Amino acid sequence: MLNTGDILETIKMIQEENLDIRTITMGISLLDCIDSDAKSSCDKIYEKMMRKAENLVKTGEDIEKQYGIPIINKRISVTPIAIVSAASSAKGQSPVIYAQTLQKVAEGTGVNYVGGYSALVHKGFSAGDKELIDSIPEALAVTKNVCSSVNVGSTKAGINMDAVALMGRIIKESSEKTANDHCFGAAKIVVFCNAPEDNPFMAGAFHGVGEYDTEINVGVSGPGVVRAALKKYPDANISEIADIIKKTAFKITRMGQLVGTEASKRLGVPFGIVDLSLAPTPAVGDSVAHILEEIGLESCGAHGTTACLAMLNDAVKKGGVMASSHVGGLSGAFIPVSEDAGMIDAVNRGSLSLEKLEAMTAVCSVGLDMIVIPGDTPTDTISAIIADEAAIGMVNSKTTAVRVIPAIGMNEGETLEFGGLFGSGPVMKVSPFSSSKFISRGGRIPAPLQSLKN
Amino acid sequence: MRAVVAVIGKDTVGILAKVSGICAEYSANVMDVTQTIMQDLFAMTMLIDISKLTINYADFADKLKETGTEMNLQIHVMHEDIFNSMHKI
Repeated sequence: MLNTGDILETIKMIQEENLDIRTITMGISLLDCIDSDAKSSCDKIYEKMMRKAENLVKTGEDIEKQYGIPIINKRISVTPIAIVSAASSAKGQSPVIYAQTLQKVAEGTGVNYVGGYSALVHKGFSAGDKELIDSIPEALAVTKNVCSSVNVGSTKAGINMDAVALMGRIIKESSEKTANDHCFGAAKIVVFCNAPEDNPFMAGAFHGVGEYDTEINVGVSGPGVVRAALKKYPDANISEIADIIKKTAFKITRMGQLVGTEASKRLGVPFGIVDLSLAPTPAVGDSVAHILEEIGLESCGAHGTTACLAMLNDAVKKGGVMASSHVGGLSGAFIPVSEDAGMIDAVNRGSLSLEKLEAMTAVCSVGLDMIVIPGDTPTDTISAIIADEAAIGMVNSKTTAVRVIPAIGMNEGETLEFGGLFGSGPVMKVSPFSSSKFISRGGRIPAPLQSLKN
Repeated sequence: MRAVVAVIGKDTVGILAKVSGICAEYSANVMDVTQTIMQDLFAMTMLIDISKLTINYADFADKLKETGTEMNLQIHVMHEDIFNSMHKI
C-alpha cells in the first residue's frame, strides 16, 4: 500500500500549491506539406494537422481526469513556417495565409496556441525568411492563437545584427497593430538566441527539422510547490536548500514524465522531451520571485537575486534530469514579469529593473520575458535590448529570448493588463540613451571563442 | 487498474461506510484502507481495483466527489500510478 503521507503530499501539491502540467505540446512536421502554391500548401497543412491533433485535447482531458492532475494547456508546434512558405513566397504570395491556416487548426482542434510562425536567421536570411518576418505584425493581428518566433543568433553562428535591427521594428509594429487589444501582438513574438527545437512553451515553440514527424513534448510547472517545500525549512543552509529544491523538482518532473508517456501512448506518437521548468502564473503562490524571497531576499531584484536564481535553476535541472528519460526544451526557471505576481510586486516596489532582469537571464532559463516597456521606446532601443540578450545567450551557450511589449500610449509607471495566464505588466523604465548608430551598422557579430573562457 | 481514493476532512460517523458503499455499488473492489488523523484532519486512503467498474472512471470519480461535497469532505480519486511515479524510484 502507498504511504498515506505521500498521497496527501501529492494532493496538497495539486490543490493548494498550484502543481500542474503546464502544457502538452504536439510537434508536427510540415515539411511534407510544402508546395509552390500557398493555397495548396495550406490545404495540405490543414489536413495533416487536423488528422494528427484530432484527439490531442480530448486525450489531455482524459489523462487529467484519470490522474487528477490539471493539464492547463494543449498546444501544437509546427515546422518554422518560413521553411514551408519559401516555395510560395518565391511566387510573390504573402505568407499570412499560413498563419490563417494555423488559426483555423487551433479552432478546429481546440488547442489554445499554435506556435511556429517562425524563421531561423541566426546567420543570414534565406529564401522566404524576410517575407515571413515582414508579415509577422499582420499575421499576429489577424489571428488570435498563433505564435511567432525568430532565432537571430547562436553560439556557433554569432548574431545576425540585420535580423536584430529588423526585429525591433517588427515588435513595435506588432504592438501598434494590436493597440486596441492590449498590444497583444507583441506578446506572441519571441526573439531567440540558441532557440531549442523541441520547446513546448509558447510563444516560442516550433518544431525543429531534426525532430520526429510528430511528437509529444511536455512542460511542467510548480513554483508554488518549491516555495512551500522551502517554507518548511526556515533555518536550512544553502546546501540544504539546493537539496530540497532538487527533491521537489524530481517529484514535479516525474509527473511530467508520466503524463508525457501516457499521452504519447494514447495518441500513438513518440514521446519527445519533458521541459524541466518552473513556470509561474499570476495566481497567488505560483511565483518564482516568491521562491527567491523565501530563500532570504527582502524583495526580488535585491543584491543576491542572481546568485539565488543560479542556485535555484541548477537545482531544478539536477532534480529533474533523473526524473525523466529525455529532457529538453527551455528547462529551467522562467522569470516572466507579467505572469508572476512576485515579479510584478518587485517592479512596483522599485526593487526590480530591466538591468537586473538582464543579469538574471544570464543564469536562468530563457530571458527577458513578458516585459512591458513604454510605447514610445525607439525601435533601435528594442533592437539593442535584443542584441544584449542574444549576446548573453551566445557567449554562455544557452538559450536566451526577448519578449517585450511596447505599450502603445503608455508610459513608465502605468500598467498594461492582459488578463488570464498572461497577467498584467507594469511599464518598465528603458534607458533613454540612444543605440541607433550601433543598430544601424548591420552585419554580424562573429561567433565567440569556445575556449580561453574568463 | 488500481486507483487511490483519498478522503480528507472533519471526522464524522459513517465516512467509511458511505465511501465503500459507493465502491460496492459500482463494483470497485476495496483492496486496502488506511485511516489517520493528520493535523486535526481525518484522512482516509483506500486502494481500489477499478478494472471491473460498471460505470466509466470519470463518472465514478465525479460521483465520489459529489458525495464528498455533500458530507463536507474532500474526496479525490486518482490513478495509483501518479503516486508511484512521484514517490518511488
